[in-house]
Amino acid sequence: MQAVQGFLDHYNYVVTIFLMVAGLYIVIARGNMVKKLIGLSIFQTSVYLLYIEPGKILGGTAPIIDPAFTVYSNPLPHVLILTAIVVGVATLALGLALVVRIHEAYGTIEEDEIFEKDGDT
Amino acid sequence: MRTSLILRIGTKLVLPFILLFALYVQFHGEYGPGGGFQAGVITAGMVILVGITFGLGAAKRIAPPGLVRAMVPLGVLIYAGTGVLGLLLGKNFLDYSVLSASDPAHGRGLGIFMVESGVLVTVSGTMTALFYAFVERGR
Amino acid sequence: MSSVQAHLPALQVVLPLLGSLFAGFVRREATGFALALAVSWTAAVISAVLLWQVLQGGPISYHLGGWPPPWGIEYRIDLLNAFVLLLVAWVGAVTMPFARRSVAFEVDEGRQGWFYCMYLLCLTGLLGITVTGDAFNAFVFLEISSLSTYVLIALGRDRRALLSAFQYLIMGTIGATFYVIGVGFLYLVTGSLNMVDIAQRLGSVPLEQTRAVAVAVAFLTVGISLKLALFPLHVWLPNAYAYAPSLATAFLAGTATKVAVYLLVRFFAVILAGSPAFGPLQLADVLLVLSIAAMFVASAIAVFETNLKRMLAYSSLAQIGYITLGIGIANQAGLTGAIVHLFNHAIMKAALFLVLGAVFYRIGSVKLHDLAGIGPKMPLTMAAFAVAGFALIGTPGTSGFVSKWYLAVGAFGHSGWLLVLLIVASSLIAVVYVGRVVEVVWFRPPSPLAETAREVPPSMLVPILVLAGATIWFGIDTRLTADLAGKAAAMLLAAVR
Repeated sequence: MQAVQGFLDHYNYVVTIFLMVAGLYIVIARGNMVKKLIGLSIFQTSVYLLYIEPGKILGGTAPIIDPAFTVYSNPLPHVLILTAIVVGVATLALGLALVVRIHEAYGTIEEDEIFEKDGDT
Repeated sequence: MRTSLILRIGTKLVLPFILLFALYVQFHGEYGPGGGFQAGVITAGMVILVGITFGLGAAKRIAPPGLVRAMVPLGVLIYAGTGVLGLLLGKNFLDYSVLSASDPAHGRGLGIFMVESGVLVTVSGTMTALFYAFVERGR
Repeated sequence: MSSVQAHLPALQVVLPLLGSLFAGFVRREATGFALALAVSWTAAVISAVLLWQVLQGGPISYHLGGWPPPWGIEYRIDLLNAFVLLLVAWVGAVTMPFARRSVAFEVDEGRQGWFYCMYLLCLTGLLGITVTGDAFNAFVFLEISSLSTYVLIALGRDRRALLSAFQYLIMGTIGATFYVIGVGFLYLVTGSLNMVDIAQRLGSVPLEQTRAVAVAVAFLTVGISLKLALFPLHVWLPNAYAYAPSLATAFLAGTATKVAVYLLVRFFAVILAGSPAFGPLQLADVLLVLSIAAMFVASAIAVFETNLKRMLAYSSLAQIGYITLGIGIANQAGLTGAIVHLFNHAIMKAALFLVLGAVFYRIGSVKLHDLAGIGPKMPLTMAAFAVAGFALIGTPGTSGFVSKWYLAVGAFGHSGWLLVLLIVASSLIAVVYVGRVVEVVWFRPPSPLAETAREVPPSMLVPILVLAGATIWFGIDTRLTADLAGKAAAMLLAAVR
């Protein structure tokens, strides 16, 4: 019972870790390059959650100074993750652009088929 | 290829409000959720909507590719330039407090405004350029 | 003048950034090259002045935006990163004149402007990682350099360049994300992102009792090891180096992995300051085993590789093994050897890859059998290859000997003769793969392609000769390399209590 309770109390971390592992698994297990990129995005998204969750302080309000409030949430994780999101978008865009070029050059985006076509390496 | 009448009229109706909302998000970013990133994406969303409904030609009329490509480095230049301005005025890089002679807090507000407008330019340019790059491929 | 001097840490990063933006704005090959050349050399001068300032007055702390640490981002330069800055900036500056003809030959017409834009962006990122004292800021710079590196690799003409860029993108992003996870855990534990501040806040916590810190260390180590291509996380590297444009390969081989090594050392020094055995994870032992595996496996693969760019890439993996070995040994001589080898290997590998770039410029191939008998046709270039190759082996009189000497002394102090024997044995494998090339190049009858070869023009020859000369110079005069590295190692070890 205690184990279940602990599990439920930390459900946010459970979600984070599930996304993390699922994303990484997709990257490793799938041969389709677009699916790999999707997995990579899921993996990165889990990190956004990892940062943002602890930034929320229970009962805290938006961090804009106002005499009516004393408890504020931590804004720093949001700023950090905004940067990380931009990095993630840039990575995804570049990855997809590479996939488009690879499709033009090889006629496929399945990794095993590409390795077959480059038999000599 | 012509898309349906409802789609075309609907797009035309909604366009100015998208742009207005982007500007709201941009300038209200100090007090509410928002800022250059979000506003830039919304602005680019407007161009993309035009591109999807009226075709690439129409999108390129309101956002010429040359301009879009120039916007990408231009926005970062505005950002970095604001930082260098702090250097030239005798403080550290990215120190905006010198931008106002009387009140450092006001200077910082001004600096962040300039940085955010740089972000708006770059993000909207980048998103539109990405759209063009992917759409034009294989034509 | 003094007002400029105070802002050099920021300018070190901002100038390449501005250069890259202008290059992206203009997108013309000639302007891009002029900008890249000017910026690279300015950055090199700045790095030299910074090193001089650090030697004169101790660590420099620069507060971005005027916000003091730990709230603002701090650029913190001590002996270690001043040394790495010097390395990155000067490798970039010396190789740059080579770019004009090489890039024009190897990159498609409309994309040459982008090459210089991306090159400068990559330089920005690498210098930024080195200069910053903020863990998250380092991530941003890491991604700036990585993203531009993917583009640089994809600019190669071979279609396999695209594939290797994609593979590197996947691996590199996983590495960078692991790094952010590690930083995230540190932030959760300490509430700070400033490296010095993290070290202070962690100082009172016994590492064995903090599972979160152990997790952070594990994620950071794996993430950065992916970036520095530690065996067995290296699979992205050989193809990436083989199919990228020659100048990009030379620049990246000399700088990118080295900066990642620097980051690893920095984090070990910061986080594990309280724990000499690298904490509850026994990281030192893990590093030692993986390094030795890299030294032997990668060298053995290099022996059988016929594409010379791939051969040198595998050799790079082995040499990175030497560097991480020195980190794992973690005594004064071992750490000195690691830092010296970081520097020396960067120079010799840049020289070797530039030679291959020059060969490719003349005969359009870097396959071993096409290079047969090319030595007498391109005597100076190939002599430079031999010199840098001997340095790779660790022949006395070259810079490779100096670093391996320190490594061997450190290894002896750590666990006696066994490690020393392993270092010597793996160097003997290097004799095989370097000797094989030297033999084919100088003593075989010329291949049809080599028949047509001529010496490359001065703009390409001079960078090669300068770098090859440097490998000899730093083999004899060790004041810049070994003395500085020794001081940096002492500084790092002093932090370990």
